Amino acid sequence: MTRTRLLFALLLGAFAATAAHAQPASAERGRAAFIKNGCWQCHGFAGQGGVTGPALAPNPKPFAVISVFVRNTSGAMPPYQKSILSDADLADIYAYLQSIPKGRDYKSIPLLNQ
Amino acid sequence: MSRKPAAPTASPAPERRKFLTGAMAAGAAAVAAPAARAADEAQPGTARPSALPPSHQVAQAETGTPAEMPRVIGIPGSDFMVDVIKSLDIKYLPANCASSYRGLHESLINYGGNKMPEFISCMHEESAVAIAHGYFKVAGKPLLTLCHGTVGLQHASMGLYNAWCDRVPVIIMGGNELDAAHRPPGVPTFHSAQDINALVRDFTKWDDTPVSLQHFSQSFVRAYKISMTPPYGPVAISLDAGLQQEPMKGHGGEKPYVPRYVPTAPPQGDSGAVKEAARLLAGANNPVIVVDRAARTANGVPLLVQLAELLQARVVDQGGRMNFPRTHYLSAGPGVVGNADVIIGMEVADFWATVNGFTDNGTNGGIGENHTRIKKDTKLISISSVELNTKANYQDLQRFQVVDVPMAADAEATLPALIEAVKSAIGNDRKGAIEKRGEAARKSHAEARERTRQEAAIAWDASPISTARLCMELYGQIKDLDWSLVASEGNVSNWPNRLWPMEKYHHWLGRSGGYGVGYGAPASVGAALANRDLGRFSVSIQSDGDLMYAPGVLWTAARHKIPLLAVMHNNRSWHQEAMHVQRVANFRNRKMNTGRDFGPLGTSIQNPDIEYHQLAQSMGWWAKGPIKDPAQLAPALKEAIAVVKSGQPALLNVWTQPR
Repeated sequence: MTRTRLLFALLLGAFAATAAHAQPASAERGRAAFIKNGCWQCHGFAGQGGVTGPALAPNPKPFAVISVFVRNTSGAMPPYQKSILSDADLADIYAYLQSIPKGRDYKSIPLLNQ
Repeated sequence: MSRKPAAPTASPAPERRKFLTGAMAAGAAAVAAPAARAADEAQPGTARPSALPPSHQVAQAETGTPAEMPRVIGIPGSDFMVDVIKSLDIKYLPANCASSYRGLHESLINYGGNKMPEFISCMHEESAVAIAHGYFKVAGKPLLTLCHGTVGLQHASMGLYNAWCDRVPVIIMGGNELDAAHRPPGVPTFHSAQDINALVRDFTKWDDTPVSLQHFSQSFVRAYKISMTPPYGPVAISLDAGLQQEPMKGHGGEKPYVPRYVPTAPPQGDSGAVKEAARLLAGANNPVIVVDRAARTANGVPLLVQLAELLQARVVDQGGRMNFPRTHYLSAGPGVVGNADVIIGMEVADFWATVNGFTDNGTNGGIGENHTRIKKDTKLISISSVELNTKANYQDLQRFQVVDVPMAADAEATLPALIEAVKSAIGNDRKGAIEKRGEAARKSHAEARERTRQEAAIAWDASPISTARLCMELYGQIKDLDWSLVASEGNVSNWPNRLWPMEKYHHWLGRSGGYGVGYGAPASVGAALANRDLGRFSVSIQSDGDLMYAPGVLWTAARHKIPLLAVMHNNRSWHQEAMHVQRVANFRNRKMNTGRDFGPLGTSIQNPDIEYHQLAQSMGWWAKGPIKDPAQLAPALKEAIAVVKSGQPALLNVWTQPR
């Protein structure tokens, strides 16, 4: 299977998983799952990122992209299989990331313009 | 060891025997111990152990008040030792007291007047070594520390390992009872060993066991000289109790003398290798300079600027020291090595990882993946003094990297010759291309700075407080002072190096070297001690886990009025380890057991939370916290800074994001 086909199949799977999710995703549950599953460790409680992991919020990447990455990454981030992070939890986490408001422009923060 | 072997009936060293007998004479020990020893000496065939476990009486004698002792006739050997130590202008002596160096201790504070060196009371030997470590990185002069040769040196060992890996000179002397025939039984025997330095030989540059006062004076000056010859490193001396306590005697009929210290010139790169390096750099289309501990002193910074500007080469400062101003347009991130055709590494601790990447992703049977980060034909040059000082056991040399032009030499000492060689090697036809390279670097530097500031703005108002906000609130309050960031242990996403205008050598002192946690708090105190004498303002970003290894150093800072602002990066965990355990659990497809905590069991410092401000207050610090609202940071910092300016240490306990 080519890389493109594999990615398409994975994205389709991610979409199907979302569609099959019976309960609407919840940002509140998502914050709890974000903490419980250790996402905060590298990305910060507000998904702001740092030297150990990129920023996830505000404006998270599309769910399908995040879902594929979370399940299949072989990079620096360890993968989260369904058995340790359910589709429902992943959808809730995404809802939490979407709920994080856009931060201030650095130009409006005097301490970042010293 | 200074004494000749003697028959049991003879008494060639009566002074010491009387001294020891007197010292141990409190209570029943005076009756039991010498009597037992005398009996043993009279019956050499008796099968009794040479070292007995400490009886109640012996232990009491060790910890109790000594009875009146007979006077030592003549000049105590330890007075001469003080003369030797004073000849080297060692300003402070951070140490935890120990009976095995009591003779020298007494001479230092009474005969020596507690000046040059001045005793700095420490609660842990690891703290004492780290104080010396931090002090050197500001003052450029080594300190002496003393400890028990066994249990004290064991405590000190991690600090020594950090100093070794960080190429910092520290002189450590461990008290020891060498002469087993005269060694007091019980505790002093537990505190003695045949070769105390063996414990730290793998990570000290040199050690010795002097057996006479003349030997001591030569060893001490030699130790100082070796530790201060690049590559710098810690040295150890075994300090015999007998030498300290016995009266001074002639050595071969001559009075012991104090040798003169003459610094050794640092090793410079071979002229042919320097010329070849210059040829490669001058002819490169995209040369990159990578520095870690290249600036051994403040003089190294302008030399590096000169070389970089001559070549208009981007400089990656890995941060072992403040090598290159972060505000300079040629300052760049590690990714620039990818486009380099020539890379020169100067005092780089890990050249392999500079040009290669490693992904800890559990593949290849769990060992992860390696990949190159540079082009196939990139030429590599190295100047490293560490090649002159290799040992086999510990692996601080990191993985082996093939280099095209390796120089076993000190980078700072080689820079003047390299600069001149590069000047000669740059042809007129290259000058236009070099100038153009500089213009591109200016644009890239400005863009990177804008991106960094935008990243810092994310989660600016979050609680717990973001590490970017913590660092910038702090900088906002100290920017008009002559500040020195004396330690930043833990991990605050490197914001100070990314956003503070690090330009002076003392703005950034690097890290621990060996990543032995527990360095930050005591090294901060040592560096602040040096900065106090220079009129500078010391600030540390103090992580929670690091502080709790030996928090007694807080008392040391208060006791000796060492002004230091410690702003806590309290993420309530040993966070690096939290991520490691999480990673392994994911590789094994197991759900993490966090118990009642946020992180994996065993990695959190929660339930209960530690009230660090109360801990600091209890040891004489002004302190405040916990601060969780970022809006409260600036007013608290103002209060704390006023305290530090008055000459006292102050701590703010700030709850932060993990990284």
